[in-house]
Amino acid sequence: MKILFPFFAVIALILLAFAGIKTANMQFLFGVVIPYAALGIFTLGVIYRVVKWGTSPVPFRIPTTCGQQKSLPWIKQNKIENPSGSLGVIIRMALEVLVFRSLFRNLKTELKEGKVVYGWEKWLWMAGLAFHWSFLIILVRHFRFFMQDVPSVIKIIESLDSFLQVGVPLLYLTDIILLLAVTYLFIRRVYLPQIKYISLAADYFPLFLILGIAVTGVLMRYFFKVHIVGVKVLAMGLVSFTPSIPEGIGALFYVHLFLICVLFAYFPFSKLMHLAGVFMSPTRNLANNSREVRHINPWNYPVHVHTYEEYENDFRDKMKAAGLPVEKE
Amino acid sequence: MYDSGKIIVGLLIFIALVTFPFYNNIGKVNAKPELKLDTPEIQKLPEQERKCVESKEFMRGGHMQLLDDWRDSVVRDGSRIYTSSAHKTFNMSLQNECMRCHSNKKDFCDKCHNYMAVKPYCWDCHIAPKENKS
Ligand code: HEC
Ligand code: HEC
Ligand code: HEC
Repeated sequence: MKILFPFFAVIALILLAFAGIKTANMQFLFGVVIPYAALGIFTLGVIYRVVKWGTSPVPFRIPTTCGQQKSLPWIKQNKIENPSGSLGVIIRMALEVLVFRSLFRNLKTELKEGKVVYGWEKWLWMAGLAFHWSFLIILVRHFRFFMQDVPSVIKIIESLDSFLQVGVPLLYLTDIILLLAVTYLFIRRVYLPQIKYISLAADYFPLFLILGIAVTGVLMRYFFKVHIVGVKVLAMGLVSFTPSIPEGIGALFYVHLFLICVLFAYFPFSKLMHLAGVFMSPTRNLANNSREVRHINPWNYPVHVHTYEEYENDFRDKMKAAGLPVEKE
Repeated sequence: MYDSGKIIVGLLIFIALVTFPFYNNIGKVNAKPELKLDTPEIQKLPEQERKCVESKEFMRGGHMQLLDDWRDSVVRDGSRIYTSSAHKTFNMSLQNECMRCHSNKKDFCDKCHNYMAVKPYCWDCHIAPKENKS
């Protein structure tokens, strides 16, 4: 159920776009209205989620500390794993965002002969890195559809990505890597019993959706050709707010576009928000300077404190009568 | 909002990235490629015969596939005659067949390819037809 429901949801989305184009000719809906709506939901949704996170107080410093804290001058501090200033935090965040530093620490926990043992496990890190980086490169490459004069950076990325010069149109390495990585990430979820147990429909849905996007894209580029010049005319129309629907693009393109729109619109409501969340995680973005700076819990309300002085004032006579020592006579 | 300064800077960067394709295109001419079919070879064809090797719809997306098939057929099997779905025969050659009709590479092939930022590496070896720089 947790797997089949999202799977059929993605199939239904594909059929919906296909039927909408093939039988009802709803090119304008799928090519213009839905993309604008999806981008609007995405942008506003992400801002809303981030602002909402921003309004939650962080009661005290909770950085994860994976190295020696700054202490006495003769004890060497681990400046990146346990930063005490902004520079260290920036480096730590950069490592986290760009190379998934904390996932690299991932270990496999197993029960062997009745003992818990920890083993090497970098596959998730590798697949995650391969997946995210190829996704980013593919996204950047798509900007050739959104710019009249394609800048040379994008051309260089494109030519590096296709440097094997296999077939025509040239095979992109990232297409292969993305498909393999997503497939691995899916198989991992169904193959490992612990991971399968904690996986929900919300984990499978983005995987199937991204797989659907990648597969339709690959089919379009290498197998069932669409009218690519028409696609660019459509894309340029969208970004210059003069939308037009060129003739004869092909239904496959609209399926691809629709799945992307669903991904964008679904984004702010899903676990995919880790895009913004990674920057907002207190365990990563706080400097560990609890010993230098006093942090006031923002939700502390003024508490009436009954000091010892006041206590003694209240009970001085009784204390004296009982022979207890008092500070003031 | 706590740490609002940093969060707002982050959000501004996010908005700048998301809206980049929109403001990047402000004030730019957004012209689709105009393909020219006025080469001498094509003009010589009778009006209703002015067709490509295969249908226009097929050629648009599939011309590179066709060229690849031609290349394999010539280089690997030595067979140089292609029979189209309309039962016409063509000499399978990039330089001598495609470019015979589309001798205006700059106003035809390159128009599309520049628009789409593709640069076929074929011309590293194959010789493009001589054209006046226009
Ligand atoms: C309708 C526009 C259009 C015209 C006209 C056109 N091409 Fe293309 N061509 C394309 C597009 C678009 C691609 C890239 C497809 C992609 O990126 O998926 C391409 C790719 C190619 C490729 C594959 C190269 C690569 O790097 O992927 C070759 C070879 C090619 N074209 C040859 C030609 C030749 C030769 C002509 C002129 C006779 C020509 N094309 C005319 C649009 C066009
Ligand atoms: C007999 C002359 C002739 C030959 C040979 C020829 N073409 Fe064409 N080509 C044409 C004509 C004429 C058209 C316009 C067809 C139309 O408008 O229906 C055309 C259209 C095209 C288009 C579609 C342009 C568009 O409007 O989107 C492409 C791409 C193309 N040719 C590429 C090639 C390639 C690649 C080859 C070699 C494999 C080739 N042509 C060989 C005459 C030719
Ligand atoms: C490394 C140089 C080189 C590159 C790059 C190259 N070719 Fe060729 N090509 C050749 C040679 C050599 C032949 C054989 C010529 C012959 O036997 O007539 C050939 C033959 C062909 C033929 C059949 C014969 C003819 O006259 O055209 C086609 C079609 C062809 N190539 C298409 C392409 C296309 C399309 C590309 C780009 C995607 C390309 N080639 C890139 C060297 C190259």
